[in-house]
Amino acid sequence: MLLRRELQKRLWITFFVLPGLVIVAVFILLPLFLSLFNSLFSWNQLIRGEWVGFGNFRRIFFTSPYRERFFNALQNNAKWFLVTMVVQNTLGLVFGYLLSRRIPGYGFFRRTFFIPVLFSIVAVGFLWGLYLKPNGWVNAFLKLVGLESYSRAWLGEESMATFSIIAVNIWRWVGFPSLVFLAAIDAIPLDCLEAAYLDGAREIHVFSRIVLPLIVPALTVITVLTLIGSLNVFEQIYTMTGLDGSPNYSTDTIGTLFYRTAFGSVDSGNPEIGIGSAIGVVIYLLTFLASAGFIAISRGREVEL
Amino acid sequence: MLKRSHGIAALILLFSLPLFAGGAKEQKSEVSPKGSPAVSAAPVVIQFWTWRPEDVAVYNKLIGIFQQQNPGIQVVQTAHKNTEYNTILSAALSGKSGPDVFQSRAYGGLETFAQSGYMEPLENWVPELKDFSESARRGATSIKDGKIYGVPFASQTLFVYYNKKMYQKLGLSVPATWDKFLANLEAMKKAGIQPLANGAKDGWTLEVMMGALSPNFYGANDFFNKVIKGETNFLDPKFVQAIDKLRDLIPYMPSMYMGVSYTDMQAAFINEQAGHFIGGSFEAGYFSSQNSDLQYDFFPGPAAKEGDPNYVSTYADGNFSMNAASSRKAEAAKLLRFFASKTTGEAFIKELKQVSQVPGIDPTANPFIAKVLSVQKYSTPYIFLVGFRYQQPTGSSLAQAALQGMFAGKLTAAEVCKQIQEGIATYYKPFQK
Repeated sequence: MLLRRELQKRLWITFFVLPGLVIVAVFILLPLFLSLFNSLFSWNQLIRGEWVGFGNFRRIFFTSPYRERFFNALQNNAKWFLVTMVVQNTLGLVFGYLLSRRIPGYGFFRRTFFIPVLFSIVAVGFLWGLYLKPNGWVNAFLKLVGLESYSRAWLGEESMATFSIIAVNIWRWVGFPSLVFLAAIDAIPLDCLEAAYLDGAREIHVFSRIVLPLIVPALTVITVLTLIGSLNVFEQIYTMTGLDGSPNYSTDTIGTLFYRTAFGSVDSGNPEIGIGSAIGVVIYLLTFLASAGFIAISRGREVEL
Repeated sequence: MLKRSHGIAALILLFSLPLFAGGAKEQKSEVSPKGSPAVSAAPVVIQFWTWRPEDVAVYNKLIGIFQQQNPGIQVVQTAHKNTEYNTILSAALSGKSGPDVFQSRAYGGLETFAQSGYMEPLENWVPELKDFSESARRGATSIKDGKIYGVPFASQTLFVYYNKKMYQKLGLSVPATWDKFLANLEAMKKAGIQPLANGAKDGWTLEVMMGALSPNFYGANDFFNKVIKGETNFLDPKFVQAIDKLRDLIPYMPSMYMGVSYTDMQAAFINEQAGHFIGGSFEAGYFSSQNSDLQYDFFPGPAAKEGDPNYVSTYADGNFSMNAASSRKAEAAKLLRFFASKTTGEAFIKELKQVSQVPGIDPTANPFIAKVLSVQKYSTPYIFLVGFRYQQPTGSSLAQAALQGMFAGKLTAAEVCKQIQEGIATYYKPFQK
């Protein structure tokens, strides 16, 4: 009887887990293994050809022009990560901390910061694409405040384009780390902070010696999410400067390079499924290894009360 | 027992959910057969796909005529979004469930499907193909086996549009040479008019600019035929000079032109804020529909010196092709022969304002198209699309990025040509000799 009940319990658990498992298997694991499989063959247009082992990977890393395109794109991903980490997450931390101190207008700011996070990336990209045109709002505003000499073709200049798109993305997403940090700071037991204040600790010391070490888990989560986001960035670029990483590959990332190579485009040519799949596998491996590595490092820095 | 059957029912329900979750994005339309209310046998249904949701009505009209001529056949038209078309079509064809007849891209875009074995060679099915011009058939011919895989439907030509009112006001005449063209641009600039609408944010518009203007400097067909065979390459001083000439236009482009996109260019010309627009014959319909008061005309790319012919770049826009796995090939062939007929050709000119590739049709119904056909007297293939868009990195993608570099002042013309040459030489056999 007991055995039967145990069996029944297991069957029910399987029943509830199975749909999710099937979805993960079909839509995540299967494509992952298929792209690994596809990356090991040469392709004649849409027909799989002969086995080439790691030939496609060698072409990405060692053969011109894929090598130049790949490392140029990876460099842009690195820019995304560094700038987002430094600017967005620092701002997020500052906003989160200020909100946790219940500054005047706390309720208003908490909601306002988070609103852009809810917007669709495509809509944000399209609208900011309009604002950043030579005759768009951004340049019009600069003119209005007497800073016309700073007007730029924000999305058309090689030196500015990537940073402009990153700035838009920070505008859209800064509310997320703010909220995560706010929640983390709010979770710190009040008596701990009160004790510090009673001992005469200054605000800066409370923040750096107590708050910061206690929110390391939140910092880890945000850093890993930033890392994953920076390696997978695609939609923002697609909507603002297009698939070709225009101008002159200055906004190209491994996401746009992957899409262009694997699926081709009317302007850029026919699909190279083998090489595209290989880039896909590299993106997956990079994301996995970098995240796992970072989590392993930051685990050691977590402090528990 | 009851419990178990409930469990199974729930399981079936859960797994069947995704089946109903997919939405249909495409536009489907059927034209009911007219004039034959009681056809005894059920008609043979042919599936027909296009990437032109804008043209569904015109195709329905054509299908109506076709069905009247062929009472036993019913055509179901499905129009997919242009940018998603290739992906949807390749998925359908590789799953053996594609349409019987479909619009296919020309040149390199055709190759993807032809070499994959998804298209039926058409020489035997559509005898009319032998009457099409060689340049039209080139866009439908696979470079691998030389067979024709499509009925060509339209050609595009690249040239310079100008605002007629501004020309009249400033007393300018249509320039036949490069120097006169620059003088016209200068006159507009002096008069406080933006001379050129063209920007550089979208790389492909720079390739179009090159296609419209450079052939007159690199030696049009002579250079094209040699470079295709590998007898010369893109480091040829004539080609470098042709690219370098484009820099003469920079002073006449809009301020912050690196940020000026294709739609900005269109808006500037349509709203009469710019005097010239370097583009393709495909623009005219949109220009007229957006501003019916806009008085524009066009001239072919100016020649290097007086008396030389003015060459234009031309290319095939696309084809109608047959699915190699279709089970209704005889009926599909009838539809394709109809698409190769004058009825379709005239509909393209009259209704779609496109330069039809069907031979022997009278273009006078549309003076614009008649003029496009007249400037095609000196035509040369649009070099990177026709010759070098078969493998990655394509000549087009290399040229587009490098030209952006040149217009931004980061690359010289020689460096642009070097990047193009080295990129293409990674796979193009005649360059590897």
